[in-house]
Amino acid sequence: MPAFILKRLLQALPVLLIVITASFFMVRLAPGDPFSQERALPVEVMKGLRTYYKLDQPLVTQYIEYLKNIAQGDFGPSFKYSGRTVTEIIGAGLPVTFELGAYALLIALLVGISSGVIASLRPNTWQDYVPMSLAMIGICLPSYVLGPLLVLIVGIWLEWLPVSGWGYIPGDKILPSVTMGFVYAAYISRLARGGMLEILSQDFIRTARAKGVSESMIVLRHALRGGMQPVISFMGPALAGLLGGSFVVETIFQIPGLGRYYVQAAFNRDYTLILGMTIFFAVLIVVFNLLADIVAAWMNPRLRSGKSAGG
Amino acid sequence: MSDSNHKIVNRLLTALFVLLASACSLNYESNVESGNRDQILHLGNGDEPQELDPHITTGIPEFHIQHALFEGLVAKHPKTMAIEPGVAETWEVSEDLKRYTLHLRHDARWSNGDPIKAGDFVYSWKRALTPALGNLYAYMFYPIQNAQEYFEGKLDDFNLVGVHAPDEYTLVVDLKAPTPYFLQLLDHHSYFPVHPPTIEKFGAFGERGTRWTRPGNFIGNGPFTLKEWKLNRILIVEKSPTYWDAARVRLKEIHFYPIPNGSTEERMFRAGQLHITERVPLEKINVYKRENPAALSISPYLGTYFYRFNTTHKPLDDKRIRMALALSINREQIVERVTKGGQIPAYNFTPPDTNGYTPRARISYDIDRARALLAEAGYPEGRDFPALELIYNTDEGHRSVAIALQEMWKQALNINIRLSNNDWKVYLDRESHLDYELSRAGWIGDYLDPTNFLDLFVTNGGNNRTGWSNQRYDELLNQAGMTGDQTARYELLQEAEAILMEEVPVAPVYTYTRVRLIDPTVRGWEDNILDQHPYKYVHLEAAE
Repeated sequence: MPAFILKRLLQALPVLLIVITASFFMVRLAPGDPFSQERALPVEVMKGLRTYYKLDQPLVTQYIEYLKNIAQGDFGPSFKYSGRTVTEIIGAGLPVTFELGAYALLIALLVGISSGVIASLRPNTWQDYVPMSLAMIGICLPSYVLGPLLVLIVGIWLEWLPVSGWGYIPGDKILPSVTMGFVYAAYISRLARGGMLEILSQDFIRTARAKGVSESMIVLRHALRGGMQPVISFMGPALAGLLGGSFVVETIFQIPGLGRYYVQAAFNRDYTLILGMTIFFAVLIVVFNLLADIVAAWMNPRLRSGKSAGG
Repeated sequence: MSDSNHKIVNRLLTALFVLLASACSLNYESNVESGNRDQILHLGNGDEPQELDPHITTGIPEFHIQHALFEGLVAKHPKTMAIEPGVAETWEVSEDLKRYTLHLRHDARWSNGDPIKAGDFVYSWKRALTPALGNLYAYMFYPIQNAQEYFEGKLDDFNLVGVHAPDEYTLVVDLKAPTPYFLQLLDHHSYFPVHPPTIEKFGAFGERGTRWTRPGNFIGNGPFTLKEWKLNRILIVEKSPTYWDAARVRLKEIHFYPIPNGSTEERMFRAGQLHITERVPLEKINVYKRENPAALSISPYLGTYFYRFNTTHKPLDDKRIRMALALSINREQIVERVTKGGQIPAYNFTPPDTNGYTPRARISYDIDRARALLAEAGYPEGRDFPALELIYNTDEGHRSVAIALQEMWKQALNINIRLSNNDWKVYLDRESHLDYELSRAGWIGDYLDPTNFLDLFVTNGGNNRTGWSNQRYDELLNQAGMTGDQTARYELLQEAEAILMEEVPVAPVYTYTRVRLIDPTVRGWEDNILDQHPYKYVHLEAAE
């Protein structure tokens, strides 16, 4: 197993290098200057800024310098937020994004699995149609519609919950978590229903019933484990999506997470911040894939030595 | 299925219900309610501040915060914008209007209790003019003798720059030429003082991005001081006990929220989480006019929304074509149907009543003349007129105006315009490199003087960006720069404005307004053309 992990880690390095190199040159090729603004800049200021951020050096020198710096964990200062380092900005947004992702995941699993299981137990009755129709709406309804809708109903009309912020007023974390979790809940619900229906029709369930095992025992002890397989395989991409932050949800609810910075950094041509974010997300994805591979290998020893399932 | 299936279903449904019910039973006090009780103002403030250093920032969100944290030598009256004493208690101006002698008040203090000395200003202005710091507003100092030369490196000795402190509480400023608006500049953030020991403690004299503006490190001299700054969340300032006029300050704290999205901000206002918003989304303006006019505040703003013509590009090098385009804009319709925020149609470049100056020259809305000019220039009824490209930066408002113009030009002149949406940085790049044909633009004044607008179009000026050049225009502005007498000066500027409106390198569209939502409990927040709101006059009064 350690050899397997080591090998996968070594494979990840060239991937990261390619990501860094491509992003480094691409952001510099994009038209527009990081320092330009409505008011014209005096030549002296432009020169001063370019020297300060070392943009006056040849591109290759900049690139080598950058690689050296990130090898030491230094992502440099942000171009736009002059007093802050990229590490500091990511560090400030990360806990928020992860917390939001975790709550959303919890909601998604709780709501998704329970409604899926209910639906599968009473197929083609209202207990099936209602949650499945809701799930269909959930899949179709983008969060930029659902978010403001929830704010309007629960926050402004009913005045039950705060409409923005993160940890300022008790309860302000609920609406964003629900908004973000709902789409995933919808997927999970449908996957859970499908998985359960398939398992419930199998022989061993019929045998258990024939033996007089109680229905709740059948569902909880026998059917769930198998029925949840499709949900578990969906968790990989879902986790990456949830923990990567969401520009839309963060904007609607005024949440200081990472998703917003990524987009703003690109618009601002904040080279160091774009690169820092890209590298961070690349590492995140590599790590998640590795974890997924490890789990897969743990479940299926044949994969350990030979070809792995994903990259 | 069996009954036990029912049980599971019921149990799960109950669990879900309990979860929802517990979520919904939370009761909370809104920011506005608690703020009114504790005198805490909650303010929407646009984007996350880039920095708080008054010699580095250029943005409006930063400016709003800096006006709470610092004070210049003078301040402005909240309503009239007339100059009021700030750190300087009194001042004299020499007869030739070129020497200002300012007497600092003895009770002015930094937020750590240190007295504010005249030398602190000399230090601060020298810092603001240090090229390594990258102060984008350094040109605000150019009226001062030798400031430009020092900044451009033509002069090494700062003693030759026209600012001196003969004693601890006297500051003498020598100007290059009489500058009637000089006192106003002293209230601009680039002229704000910084605390020398604090600057030195956290870095070198001209170093960017040091940690001196962080909570705990920060020392300022304004009515408020920095309490908390959480990236992308909130910035809190609290009343400064050492401020000389602290008795007047009634707010205990101001909470600035960086809210880049207007719809989010509007929802927060409706939920009682903000006292004042930074803006109102276009589609909400009429809703508020109808349903809650008391909360909607619309006030004129010192800025002009206009279009640039690339005068180096055929056929826009022909002023008859430019005039034809400018004449066929129905500005009344644009402000009424498109922008809807009480904007004022603009028929000249400088906004009306800019410190007593209202331009006389004006272009009109005259389709017949526009058609005649177009025909004269060789395109009768728009025949064979090349399809021009109009660029604007991504924004729903800019897009709407561009579409309206496209339609107006099609109807009036039978010409086709292609619209091109560009992201902000690309748009700036194209405009400054004259890589465009027509371009949407805006200009917001920093101080109340017509030169702040007319200076844009001097030959090769950094903000000209039209390729237009007129010798007489340059002369007039140059002359105005050396004239101390306000009446004579304004006459020169009137003539310059007339040239501008005859040659039309730009087509003015409207004068900006500031549209905000303001909770009725906010008192002392006056409308004014510079959109500056001295917080020491603001307080909250809950309606009983």
